[in-house]
Order: sequence, then structure tokens, then C-alpha cells
Amino acid sequence: MPLLVARQVGKRFGGLMAVRDLDLTIEPQTIYSVIGPNGAGKTTFFNCITGFYQPDTGDILLDGQSIVAKPPDQITRLGIARTYQNIRLFANMTAIENVLVGLHPHLHTGLIGAIFRTKKVMAEEAAALAEATRLLQFVGLAGKGDFVAKNLPYGLQRRLEVGRALASRPKLLLLDEPTAGMNPREAEDMKDFIRRLRDELGITILLIEHHMRVVMGISERITVLDYGEKIAEGTPREIQTDPRVIEAYLGRGSAAQQHGLLDESASAPAAS
Amino acid sequence: MKSHSEPVWQTAVRLGLYGGSAAVLFSLVGMVQTFQERTLISGVLTLGQAFLSLAVGLSAFAAARRVQAEGPQAVLLAGGLAGGAVGSALAVLILVIAALPDIRTVFINASPALTAILTFGQPTVVGAVLWVGLGVGLGIIAAALLLLGPAVRRTVLSALGAVLLLGLLADLLRLITEGWNLSGIGVNFTFAGLFRWMFFGKGLSIAGTLVVVAVVIGLNVLQARGVLARPKPVRVVARTRSQQIVRIGAFSVLLALMPLVLGTYMAEVLDQVFIFVLMGLGLNIVVGFAGLLDLGYVGFFAIGAYGMGILTSPELHVFNLSWWEAMPIAVGLTILAGVILGIPVLKVRGDYLAIITLGFGEIIRLLALSDALKGLTGGPQGIQLIAKPAIGGFVFNDQVRLYYLLLAGCVLVGFISVRLRDSRMGRAWMAMREDEDVAQAIGINLVTTKLLAFAAGAAFAGLAGAIFAAKIGAVYPQSFGLLISINVLALIIIGGMGSIPGVIVGALVLVGLPELLREFAEFRLLVYGIVLVVMMLYRPEGLWPEASRQRELHSEEPAPSDEIGDAPLPIKGSAS
Repeated sequence: MPLLVARQVGKRFGGLMAVRDLDLTIEPQTIYSVIGPNGAGKTTFFNCITGFYQPDTGDILLDGQSIVAKPPDQITRLGIARTYQNIRLFANMTAIENVLVGLHPHLHTGLIGAIFRTKKVMAEEAAALAEATRLLQFVGLAGKGDFVAKNLPYGLQRRLEVGRALASRPKLLLLDEPTAGMNPREAEDMKDFIRRLRDELGITILLIEHHMRVVMGISERITVLDYGEKIAEGTPREIQTDPRVIEAYLGRGSAAQQHGLLDESASAPAAS
Repeated sequence: MKSHSEPVWQTAVRLGLYGGSAAVLFSLVGMVQTFQERTLISGVLTLGQAFLSLAVGLSAFAAARRVQAEGPQAVLLAGGLAGGAVGSALAVLILVIAALPDIRTVFINASPALTAILTFGQPTVVGAVLWVGLGVGLGIIAAALLLLGPAVRRTVLSALGAVLLLGLLADLLRLITEGWNLSGIGVNFTFAGLFRWMFFGKGLSIAGTLVVVAVVIGLNVLQARGVLARPKPVRVVARTRSQQIVRIGAFSVLLALMPLVLGTYMAEVLDQVFIFVLMGLGLNIVVGFAGLLDLGYVGFFAIGAYGMGILTSPELHVFNLSWWEAMPIAVGLTILAGVILGIPVLKVRGDYLAIITLGFGEIIRLLALSDALKGLTGGPQGIQLIAKPAIGGFVFNDQVRLYYLLLAGCVLVGFISVRLRDSRMGRAWMAMREDEDVAQAIGINLVTTKLLAFAAGAAFAGLAGAIFAAKIGAVYPQSFGLLISINVLALIIIGGMGSIPGVIVGALVLVGLPELLREFAEFRLLVYGIVLVVMMLYRPEGLWPEASRQRELHSEEPAPSDEIGDAPLPIKGSAS
């Protein structure tokens, strides 16, 4: 059974159709990318999945169960976590606190328990702390738990955001431009890191990304959006040679020059 | 190293004129006149004079520090000029008042009495010239303090501070020490005698001043010689358990003895402070932890107090419970009110939340005042004969006894605050404060998290209200005005948002201090305003900010080093 299915999802802002009739199926343990020019509706689609927006039409199913109309916190509990295009950490909390907040849905201490600090509560806190420490280590922040998040360097903030998302133990992880603002070397590291999330943790990845080298290098399937509509879907190789995609990215008439044109950065498409 | 482009004289005059404007303003609002009635050193210095001198000294010192890089002459010049500018401003004020007697129709305090104070009783022109000279002189002295280095500066400033403090609190000290004597250990020595010698009228005597100065200088010298250890910065973490117990024990004994030693009046002041600490700790959860700006917090205080009144007062012939029976019900009612307020404002943020809660506070007060509920709340007459708490035969019926009840309440509430802060719920509140959307997306249920914050905050205010009602013995609608909410919010901000010790410091500064300086009560709000502005400009994090707490639970890593720069990210191999 597919992990996530979007059926005819549409979202309108006033007169603007940000997402229109989008169909999409993500199989478990795949890395799936959504690409498209700026304003194509990628982040809007993310927001529909995570419950920030209510889609106007269509349905979104996680494990066959509709998640439309559920609040974001419940959707997270069902197994979807995300990161943000502009890093949105809890800036004045420490790295480990950020991850501990991510563990929130899996802890049970209430007000009364917190006040009396029973054995059970202490055990839960100790386990949470151990898990948070392990997660920090996994994302490459070992020993930096006491750093206030806003004081971490940019690359580590991105890592921490992933760590916080992992803390909610997601089945599906939505990464919104995880390599934005990174140099090629860092982007390459991030690519390996995303692959590890899938290979070692078994998490399905849904990726929005502009770095074509990253997208083509790690995605199993890609959907291309333009003006809120899906204009193509397929493997990286299929996408790279699709005339509509090239047109969307480079304008009409460019289709003739197909090869290498999707390559925004200086590097050649990794998949070719 | 000439880092600033402004010429020295310009800096000095500018800062001097700031100080001068302040001095003129304080004179015109009547502060100087009120302060004049307070003697610091009898026959020598009044608080009014000290206050104006302070304006001179501070301006001159600030100017001198700005031009420190230009060398000692520039420093002295700047000090003199700035001081002179303050003096000149006062001189102009003296002359203007003399030339335009009609100015009183606008500035009612610009009276002959003010002139008399400002001119030291001399003729107008002499007084004016005197102030210019005095300004220059004091300014140079202040600048010289900067040049003389930190050791001398600290000595002089602490001596001045001690004189100011003792002079101000002379009355209070007399009140406190009156009953003390050492006859119990066979010494025929009364503090009253010492007092008569040290103090005269409402201030220090000259002999007393000299003693104070000598003692302070002596202490400073001893400290400089290393005889007395300088207080080391307190380390919050890494204290051993036994040390901690000793500390807490000593502190408890101190707190327990406080009202016995300090007397009824101080106990009353501390009672007031404690009531605000209770409220402050509650609002700190709502505003400081959860980031929900609540301007109607007094509403919960009122509900606690009225709940206690309705449940215990025999006037109403309804319930007539004892205090202890009524207290949990009253607190329960406030929690309920907190949840009821919380539900409609769940979707509301920031400014809008502040306005809605503001309305809530007013609604509660107006309900208490209304005719509709007169049968229950007594309308403007309020409720009298509210029960006092009692344990066995011990009735908490005076300030000293109530002190212990309030102290117990504060300890309990403080303990709960700390536990909540360090829990899963505390983290959720802080995450919500940082970024509500992300907090929700990370799996935090905003509805329960917000409602729990409101409920916990309301509960503390309800307890404060219940004790307040018992303390006064009556409740009136006027006791629950908007200003209480503002006070509580201000003390949290002054103390440091989200900081539990900050609440205590804030309450001492904003409630305790004004209570001790009651005769200046009419300027309370003015000083409040100034303190808040200055705090926000120079110390926005508060007096005792929430330290970036190191997690003691941490096992492995050593203190984080600062070489995390731009080194390549170690992805591979970091998993294990």
C-alpha cells in the first residue's frame, strides 16, 4: 500500500489557484521530489499535507486514512514531520531542548506528574534525554546539545531542524529545500545525509529542492509542478528529457536544446 | 584613538543638557520639593539637593566616559562642561521663575518655595550663579572619579550609596531596631541610644555620616588588601547536594526570622511583596513561559478574593465556610475562569490577545461592582468579615503570622513553577512562545497547552486573591483595577521574562521599594515609567534573566568549545 496518496488536491488563494488537481502517490521507503519554478505551489502542497492549510478540493491519505481537516499536531502524531524553507527552530532554546520538544508527542507527563516528579516521570525524562542525545549525534550535533539554537552555524541549524523532525518518529519526512543557501560541498553532504535517513531509519522522504544535482542524484521519483499543476512525473531520467519540464523552466523554444538545461548550477546532471 | 566625530565640548554640553532637562523637569513636577522635606544628613544635605547633585554627577560622568579616549584633560573638561550645563539649566529655571511669576498658572510647582530650595535661600541671581559654579565643580569631581580608577571609584560610590540608603531609610531603621536590646545577655546597651547618636531628625547626624563613610572606606580598603574575600560570582550548577542543603537551610532560617527581627511594619511590606510574588509567578507562566500576553490578570486575583469572600463571609448567610475549606474552592473557581477565558482566545495572538484579556479583567471588576450581582458581591460595598485562616487555635490574623502563610504559599508556588518549567509541559510552553505554528506542527496540542498555561496562571492568582481577602478581611471592587495587572506585568519584565528569581526581584523592586518610600508615592508612576524605559533601553533582559540553563542531567560531552565555525559537517561516521 502506498504511504501517501494525494487525490485531486486543490488549494485556492483568492483568484489564484496555488495547487490544482494534484495527484501523487508515494510508496514507502522512497525518496520522492517535488520540483518546479518559484511560485509553482510546492510549499503550498506541503502545507496542505501537514495541515497548515485545508485543501479546497481533493483528499490526502496517509496509510489509506484521510488526514485532511486534521490539525497539524494530530497529523504529526500520525507520522508526518517536516522542516522549513527558512529554518524555523525554537531559536532561544538549546539544541537538545529543540529535539526534546520534538519528542513531545511521545511523552506523557502531565501537569500533576511534572509537579510530583514520580519515578515514572523521571524515567520518561531520562529516556527522552537519552533519545534526544542519540538523535543529536545522528544528525551530526554530538556535544552541541547545550548550544542555543540561534547561535549554531547555518548548516548545523538545518541539521538540528531535521533532528527535531526525526524526534517525532515520522514515517514520512517532508524536507523543504534542505540545501538552500548551502555551497556545493555542503549540499553534497546533505544529499548523503538524506539518503541515510531513508536507508538507516527507513523513513520515506518527500523533498522540495532547487538544487538539481541533489534532486537528480537521490530521487526515485519526481513530480514537476508549474502554476500549481503537475506537468510531469517520472524517474529523474524521464524528467530531464521531458519537453514540458524544460519549457516550464526555460521558456518556450528552449526544448530543442534539451540536454543539460535543467542543470541550474555549474555542475552536470548527476543522473546522466 | 579618536573614535567619535563629535568635538569634546559638544558631547559634554549635549549630555549636560539631557541631565539639565531632567533636573528641570523633576523640579517642575514637584519632586525636588517633596524630596527636600527628607533630610539625608541633618543640616547639611537634603534628598532634594542630593537628587539634583545626582543629575549633575551622572551627566558629567557619562560625558567624561564618552571622551575617555581623548586623555585626562578632555575628561575633566567634559565633566566640568556637562556639570556646568546642568547647573546652567537650573540657573535658567531660577531666573525664569523669578522673571515670570505667572508661570505658576501652568507649572504649579514653579513656586517661591522651589526657588528658595534651588537658591539655597540666597538672592535669585546669587543662587543662579551658585548653581553654575556648583555644576562645574561637581562635574569635575565626577570626572575625576573616572580618572582615579576603579578602586577609588568603588570606595567613593559605595560610601555615597550607603549614606543615601541609610539616610533614606533612617525612619524605618529606627522603627525596626527600637525594640532591640542586648540586656538579655547582660549588656546594658540599647540600640535606641546608638540611634540617637547616629541619626538626627529624619536623617543621619554628621557624626553618623562620618561613621558610615569611615566604615565603608574601611571595608573597601580591607577588601582591596585581600583581608576580606570579595564575593565570588555564584555558580548555579555543580553545587554538591550537602552544600545545597546547607544553603537552603540557612536561607529558610533567615526567611523565618525575618518578620520577628524586622517588626510588624516590614512584615506588612513583605506581605505585600509576597502577594505580588504569587501573582507574578502565575503571570510568569502565562506570559514568561507560554508567551501569551495577558493584561487582565487581575481578574483571576479578583475571582480568588471574591470567591473567598462569598464562601466565608457570614454576611451573606450562604456558605460560611472556613478559610481552609473555601480556599480550594476559590482556587478551583479561578482555574475554571482561566479555562473559560482561554477557550475563546485560543485562536487569538499577540496584540489581539492582550486587548481581549484586558477586557476580561475589566469585566470581572465591573461584575463585582454591578447591581445585578449585588446580592452576591455586595456591589460597591464589597464583602466584609472574611474568614482568617487558622490552624488549630493559631489564627493568621496579623501581619507577622500572615507572613508565614504567604511565605509558605510562595515556596509552594515557586516550587511548582520550577517543576513545571523543567518538564515536558514547560518545554511545550516555551516552544509555543518561540513559534506557535512550528510548535503545533511538531505535535504540540495548542488547545490543551494554552489552556493549561491559563489554568496554572489563574490558580496562582486565585491563591493570591484568597490570601489577600483574608489579610484585608474584606474585598472591594476598587482593589482590582487595571493597575494591578500592569504592576504584575511590569515586575515580570523588570525581573526578567520567564525567570522565577526575577519575579521575586521584580516584586521587591516594584512593590517593596515604593512601600518603603511611601512619602514619595505621588511620583510612583513617574518613576515606574522612567525605570521601565531605562530598563528596556539598557537591560531589556531584566534584572535577573533566565540563564541559559546548562542541563545538569547531561552525562557525556564536556563544555562546548567555540570552534564550531565553518568546519565541514561530519555526517559520515557520526552515527553509531
